[in-house]
Amino acid sequence: MPPQDYTKNMPSVMNALEVCQLHKTYNNGVEALKGIDLTVTEGDFFALLGPNGAGKSTLIGIVSSLVNASSGETRVFDISVQKQRSQAMAQIGLVPQEVNFNQFEKPFDIVVNQAGYYGVPRRIARERAEYYLGKLGLWDKAFRMSRTLSGGMKRRLLIARAMVHEPRLLILDEPTAGVDIEIRRSMWKFIEEINAAGTTVILTTHYLEEAENLCRNIAIIDQGRIVENTSVKELLGKLDIETFVLDLRAPVSQVPVIDGIEVILRDATTLEASIPKSKSLNRLFSRLEAEGIEVVSMRNKANRLEELFVRMVHLDEETAA
Amino acid sequence: MSVEVSARSYWIGYQTILIKEITRILRIWAQTLIPPVITMSLYFVIFGAIIGRRVGEMGGMPYMDFIVPGLIMLSVITNSYGNITSSFFGAKFGKHVEELLVSPLPPWIILAGYVSGAVFRALAVGILVWLVAAVFSGFHMHNFLVTISILLMTAIVFALAGFINAIYARKFDDISIIPTFVLQPLTYLGGVFFSVSLLPGVAQQIALVNPIVYMVNAFRYGLLGVTDVSLWLAYAIILGFGAVLFFVCLTLLSRGVGLRS
Repeated sequence: MPPQDYTKNMPSVMNALEVCQLHKTYNNGVEALKGIDLTVTEGDFFALLGPNGAGKSTLIGIVSSLVNASSGETRVFDISVQKQRSQAMAQIGLVPQEVNFNQFEKPFDIVVNQAGYYGVPRRIARERAEYYLGKLGLWDKAFRMSRTLSGGMKRRLLIARAMVHEPRLLILDEPTAGVDIEIRRSMWKFIEEINAAGTTVILTTHYLEEAENLCRNIAIIDQGRIVENTSVKELLGKLDIETFVLDLRAPVSQVPVIDGIEVILRDATTLEASIPKSKSLNRLFSRLEAEGIEVVSMRNKANRLEELFVRMVHLDEETAA
Repeated sequence: MSVEVSARSYWIGYQTILIKEITRILRIWAQTLIPPVITMSLYFVIFGAIIGRRVGEMGGMPYMDFIVPGLIMLSVITNSYGNITSSFFGAKFGKHVEELLVSPLPPWIILAGYVSGAVFRALAVGILVWLVAAVFSGFHMHNFLVTISILLMTAIVFALAGFINAIYARKFDDISIIPTFVLQPLTYLGGVFFSVSLLPGVAQQIALVNPIVYMVNAFRYGLLGVTDVSLWLAYAIILGFGAVLFFVCLTLLSRGVGLRS
């Protein structure tokens, strides 16, 4: 059965997640979160980005009650995770970073049992298991031992397991890590469908183009602090210089000098041009044409979000130092 | 609202854990059900049929009859404890315990599910051993209510104890230390093979500190009508241990000791 559209007949959009002054210090003294404030509205497709060890998984752990917060409050659809854990957990589906199902069980049993833990009657659980395993292309593997599944299949099984109780908030912690591009695309198609039907999605990923393409809002976390929390559109608007790689028809020996645009020669047939947003690309092409340089193809040097991400995290490190 | 948290959803959650546990026990029956039956059969043959003939009577009855309740209790204790430690620690070690920890199930339902699974295995093994015993000494039943209540309560007490062991265990070795160095000596010295009344004064007083003595004797009363200890004291001790262990388990589970960071 398709997931329900929860946004229908709703008076106003509420917060799917509210995190207030969240601190976490582990027993070994590591301060993973240093007062995080974060809000994700219902129906959003939200990216949580940050370098390794930034505190993303700790934050997700606290939201999903796998990690105890040192202080602060977490609310899921206005239900306190700390005070009303059961009610809050019923709203969440979690796709963890690591495969954490019993690999000696069959996918069908794993999904049906998970539904049972959320109070879904067995008959309905079986129907949903068939639906979600089918949607994720795993139905033909449903009764095989799960340890025989490939890495990509295991990741999809984690998604099916997280969706079987049809949560209002789906949290995906690096769900596509190590998954090939074709399967990754099919996974995102499924997640986009789920989001379109009203499920709020929070995603952490290292593939920043995923966040750029899929998410509407974004938070960047670094060293236990939120360093940016805005819409993807606004964030990309902050990118004042973009670098393009130009492949040339014929080799050139000299780099054309263009006022306000930095051009460097990477090799005889490749130029790299860094252009401020205030300058027009036409200027670059006019000049290249005047010089008799023919461009056969052009691409962004790096993912735009990746550039911003690296810059922000780097800035944060400098501030901390 | 995606899922309503209610008594019914908790009941479904409890059933799910129990069904999963029973399925696991039955799937690996050659590891869970058969070995204790073979071990106990050997005890019956060696201690009951061969040595027992030379021992003669114990507690006013043939030695073979005397050891039957103790051996059933021995298998119930070890299987109840062993089932929950291996199952819950296995879930912790393989990280699939997280499936339960992120779910809406409260700690007491998780505990009840695992304890019920352990009790199922303990009773299944206990009944199988009982059937084997019947081949050697026939069926005896003095008081059905005492028999079944002591059997259930003992299985629950050792499941709870095993659960604590599993919570604190960090490696597989940690779940075999208590059974080897604590449980086995206490069980063997707990009046399985002998009547504590045979022990000299001080040794008898020491033996009576061992809670397993009360469990074995109360169960022996249920089957054969003889006991070295007061039946009511046995019930009080078992209930007391059960209550304390239940409280400890629930506290550990609620705080997430060994489970949540």
